[in-house]
Amino acid sequence: MHTSKPSERERLVVVGNGMAGARTVEEILQRDPDRYAITMFGEEPHGNYNRIMLSNVLAGVEDEAGIFLNDLQWYADNGITLHAGCKVDKIDRKHKLVHADDGTQTPYDKLIIATGSTAFVPPITGVHRPGRGYHQGVFAFRTLDDTRNMIRYARDHERAVVIGGGLLGLEAARGLQQHVSHVTLIHAMGHLMNTQLDEPAGKTLQASVEKLGIEVICDGLTTEILGKHAVTGVKLKNGRVIDCDVVVLAAGIRANTELATTSGLSVEQGVVVDDQMRVAGETDIYAVGECAQHRGVTYGLVAPLWDQARVLADHITGRNLDAAYHGSQVATKLKVAGVDVAAMGLKEPELDTDETVTFAEPRRGVYQSLIIRDDRLVGATLVGDVRKVAFLMQAFDRGLPLPEERAGLLFDLGGPPAEVSAAEMADDAQVCNCNGVCKGDIVEAVQCGVKSVSGVMDKTRAGKGCGSCKGLVQQIVEWAAGGEVEEDPAASWYVPGVPMPKPELMEAIRTHGLKSVSSVFALLAPGGEEDAKSKMGLASLLKMMWGAEYDDERDARFINDRVHANIQRDGTFSVVPQMKGGVTTPAQLKRIAEVAEKHDVPMVKLTGGQRIDLLGVPKENLPQIWADLDMPSGWAYGKSFRTVKTCVGSDFCRFGVGDSTALGIAIEERYQGLEGPGKMKLAVTGCPRNCAEAYVKDLGVVAIEGGKWEIYVGGAAGAHVRKGDLLATVDSADEVLTLTGRFLQYYRENANWLERTYAFVPRIGIDVVRAIVVDDAEGIADRLDAAVAEHVATYRDPWQERSTPVTPGQFRSSLPLTVLPQVPVREPVAAAQEGRA
Amino acid sequence: MTTQSLAEYRLGPVDEIPVGEARAYAVGGEMVAVFRLRDGGLRAVSAVCPHAGGPLADGLADQRVVVCPLHQHAFDLRTGCSTTGAPPITVYPVRVDDDNTIIISGGLP
Repeated sequence: MHTSKPSERERLVVVGNGMAGARTVEEILQRDPDRYAITMFGEEPHGNYNRIMLSNVLAGVEDEAGIFLNDLQWYADNGITLHAGCKVDKIDRKHKLVHADDGTQTPYDKLIIATGSTAFVPPITGVHRPGRGYHQGVFAFRTLDDTRNMIRYARDHERAVVIGGGLLGLEAARGLQQHVSHVTLIHAMGHLMNTQLDEPAGKTLQASVEKLGIEVICDGLTTEILGKHAVTGVKLKNGRVIDCDVVVLAAGIRANTELATTSGLSVEQGVVVDDQMRVAGETDIYAVGECAQHRGVTYGLVAPLWDQARVLADHITGRNLDAAYHGSQVATKLKVAGVDVAAMGLKEPELDTDETVTFAEPRRGVYQSLIIRDDRLVGATLVGDVRKVAFLMQAFDRGLPLPEERAGLLFDLGGPPAEVSAAEMADDAQVCNCNGVCKGDIVEAVQCGVKSVSGVMDKTRAGKGCGSCKGLVQQIVEWAAGGEVEEDPAASWYVPGVPMPKPELMEAIRTHGLKSVSSVFALLAPGGEEDAKSKMGLASLLKMMWGAEYDDERDARFINDRVHANIQRDGTFSVVPQMKGGVTTPAQLKRIAEVAEKHDVPMVKLTGGQRIDLLGVPKENLPQIWADLDMPSGWAYGKSFRTVKTCVGSDFCRFGVGDSTALGIAIEERYQGLEGPGKMKLAVTGCPRNCAEAYVKDLGVVAIEGGKWEIYVGGAAGAHVRKGDLLATVDSADEVLTLTGRFLQYYRENANWLERTYAFVPRIGIDVVRAIVVDDAEGIADRLDAAVAEHVATYRDPWQERSTPVTPGQFRSSLPLTVLPQVPVREPVAAAQEGRA
Repeated sequence: MTTQSLAEYRLGPVDEIPVGEARAYAVGGEMVAVFRLRDGGLRAVSAVCPHAGGPLADGLADQRVVVCPLHQHAFDLRTGCSTTGAPPITVYPVRVDDDNTIIISGGLP
C-alpha cells in the first residue's frame, strides 16, 4: 500500500465520467486508494449515474435521485478532482497533457479513456434544423438531459414515434406511454431486437408489446421527419405517413472515438485495445467500456464493462500484472418493456449439425429456442418465460454437458407445482402449517414496519418450523411491502451471527486456523459477540472442515447432539439403536425388548427409516439404556447422515436384481454419523419397483438389470416431495460407495446451513453436480474422496460417552414436566428480608 | 418481578455447570435454569418455556438469550422478555459466594 502524500502520487486522468469511467476508478480505489492522484472529466454536468435506469426515469417509476451511482460527495471523499460539464478536446501524448474546453491543461502519468458512445442518428431528412440542433420535438435517448427534455416535451403532446426497435427503442416506447396517449415503434429490420433475437422470438415479443398498446411497424425505413416549426409526422420509404408530435431516436449507438481520433490514437470501430485494455501502441493510455474495441469487438452492455474495469484496475495498480481481458460471452436477461427476455450466444444455428430445440406458446407470449453443438449449449433465446435462464447461462458459460432429454433444459420435469400467488390468498389462509401463521399475520407484521423477510419470520415465526413455506412467506412479504422489501443482508450469510457467506467464512476460518466455535465468534462476529442461533451451524462446519482437529465445545451443540438422542415434546428423548440397512437378528430384537421392558419405555415404534424407536426415555436414563442395549447409535438425531433404508433385494425377493441389503449396509457402515448442513437420508432398492423409496431420498440407489446401479440425488419425501435427479448409472457397488461419499462431501462443503439436498441440487443444477462429482470437471474428485475418507477414519460411536460423560451433568434432567420435582429439592438456607430484585 | 418473601438458596458448586451451558435446579417448588455464560457471568431464569413447556436448560444460549430447544422461542436472560413473541419468563438474582457456590434469591414461593 502506498502511503505517499497526494502531491507525490502518480497522476491518473480519466476522460469520461459514465458507468465505465467511474466503475474503473472504484475498482482502482478498492485495490489501492493511495496510489494515484485522480482527475476525472465528464461532459455531463452531474456525478455519475446508471444509464440503464434512464428508461425507468422516463417511465416515471424511478426518481432521478435514485439512479445516481456516486454523488459529488463521493469524488470529494476520495480526493478526486472532477471537471463536470467539461469536454476534453485533445490529448497531447508527447507532453502527456490533456486539453479541455474549460481551458485547463492537465498532466498525466496514466490516462484512461472512457468516453462511451453516442446515439446513432440515421440519415433522415429533417432530423436537424440548420443552426439549432435537433428539430423541435426530436430527441435522442441517451443521457439524463435527453430524458428530462423528452419528458418535459412529451407531457404536452399526444402522439410519439420511436425510431429503432432494439432494446433502447422498446424501453423508450414503453416509457413514453406514461406521457403520451399513442406510441408507434418503427423498426427498419424484419423483427424486433434483431441483434439479439431470432425471428420467431422477435415476433413473439412484438405480439406481447402490441398487447401493451404500442403500435409496431417492422421493415419500416424512416426517410423524413415532417413539419416546419414543430414535428407533425414521419414519412416511411414506402410513402406511408404517420402523424406524431414527438420523435425519439433510438437506432443504436456508436463508440465515441472523436477524442481518440483527433489525438492520433488507433481507432477502428472503437479505440483499439489489447488484453490489458491498453490502447494499441501506447504505454500509458488505456480505454475501457463502450468506446473500446477489444479483439475486434465493441460491447454495449454492462457485464463486459465490469470485466474490463476489473482487469484494468488489477493491471494499473500492479495488483495483478497478469490480469488479462479475454472478451466476454454476451448473455443478457432483461425485462424489455415489461416482457422477460433473455438471450445468449448464437441466435440462429450456423452449422448443419447444430441442433435446435424450440418451444413456442404464442397465446401466452412464450418462445424459447436453444442451439446445441456437440452436446454443448451455444445459444439460447427466451421470451416470456425465463425461469430456466440461470441454469442455461451456467451451461452456456461453462460448457456443461447437457441432459439427453433436452426438454429438461426448458422445463422442470416432475418439479414442484406452480405456486399460489400471494395476492390471490385469503387473509385467513394458513401459510405456516407448523406454527399456524396466516397470511393476515404476515401482512400485519409488514404493515407494522417489518420490511425484511427474515424480520417477518422472526416476528411471526412463519417459516420457522419445517421451513417448507419460506418461499410463500417471501412472496407475501414482497406483495405486502409493495416492492419495498428490504434486502436482507443476512440472507446470504451462512449463519445469522457472522456476516459472511459460506465460502468466505470457510476461507477466513482456514486463514486464521479457527478450530472452535467461540474463536470464530471472537474473531469474525461483529463486536466478537457470540450468537446462540449460529452455534449449531458453526459447530457442524468446523467439524466438517477440521475433522479430528476440531475443538469440540459442547455448548455449541444442540441438545440432541449433546446427549446423542432426539428430544421429544415432553423433554424426554428417543433412543434408536443402529440396525444397518434395516436388518436385525432375533438376539438384537430380544435385547431391545428386554431393555424396553426394564426401563418401562412408554412407546416402542418403527421409524420411517426402518429402525426401532424407543420413545419417552428421560435424559438421565440414557447412559443406562445404552449400556443395557450395548448397541451402537442409530443416528436418529442431528444434522447428519441418518440411515440407509433398503428392500429385501436379491436374497429372497423374486424381482430383485441387485443385493440392495448388502450395499445399504456397506454405505451405512462407511458413512455413519457424517455431519452435514442438513440431515441425509439414504436408501438402496433392489429393483425399479422401488420398495425402499430410493427415488425420494437425499441419495437413493436403484439396482437395474445388467448388474448396474442408478444413483439419484436431491430427492425428498418430507415437508417437500421431490423425485431425485439421476446422478449416474454405474457398474459396481464400489462405484456407488465412492460416488456416494463424493456427493455427500460436495454437499457438505457447498450447501448452506440447513439446506437439504432437495434444495441444494436444484440450486446448483444436476448437470453441474454431475459434471463435478461424476466427470470431475473441476479436478476436485480426489480431494473430495480424501476428505470424506478422513471422516470415516475418525468415526467414533457417540454412545460410548455413557461411561465417561464429557461435561458435568451431561445427562442430568433439565425439566421434569410431569412429576415435580425429579431432582433433589434445595430448601432455603437463609431468609432475607429485603430483596435485591 | 415480585419482591415478596425473598429467600436465598444455595444450589451447589458453580463447576456443576459447564461453561456456556445451563443446568436445572429444583428450588422450592419451582424449576430454575442457571446459565454459566462464556464470560463467566451467571443468569437464572424459570426453567420452563411458557410456550409449550420446553426445557430451557437444554437450550442453546449466548451472552444475551437462550433459545428453547422445542420450538426456538428465544428469551432475554437479563429481562426474561421473549424476542419471539412468547410470554416472558421469570428472572432470578443469582451470584456466587466465596466458596464458588451458586446462590439464588428472589420471589419464590
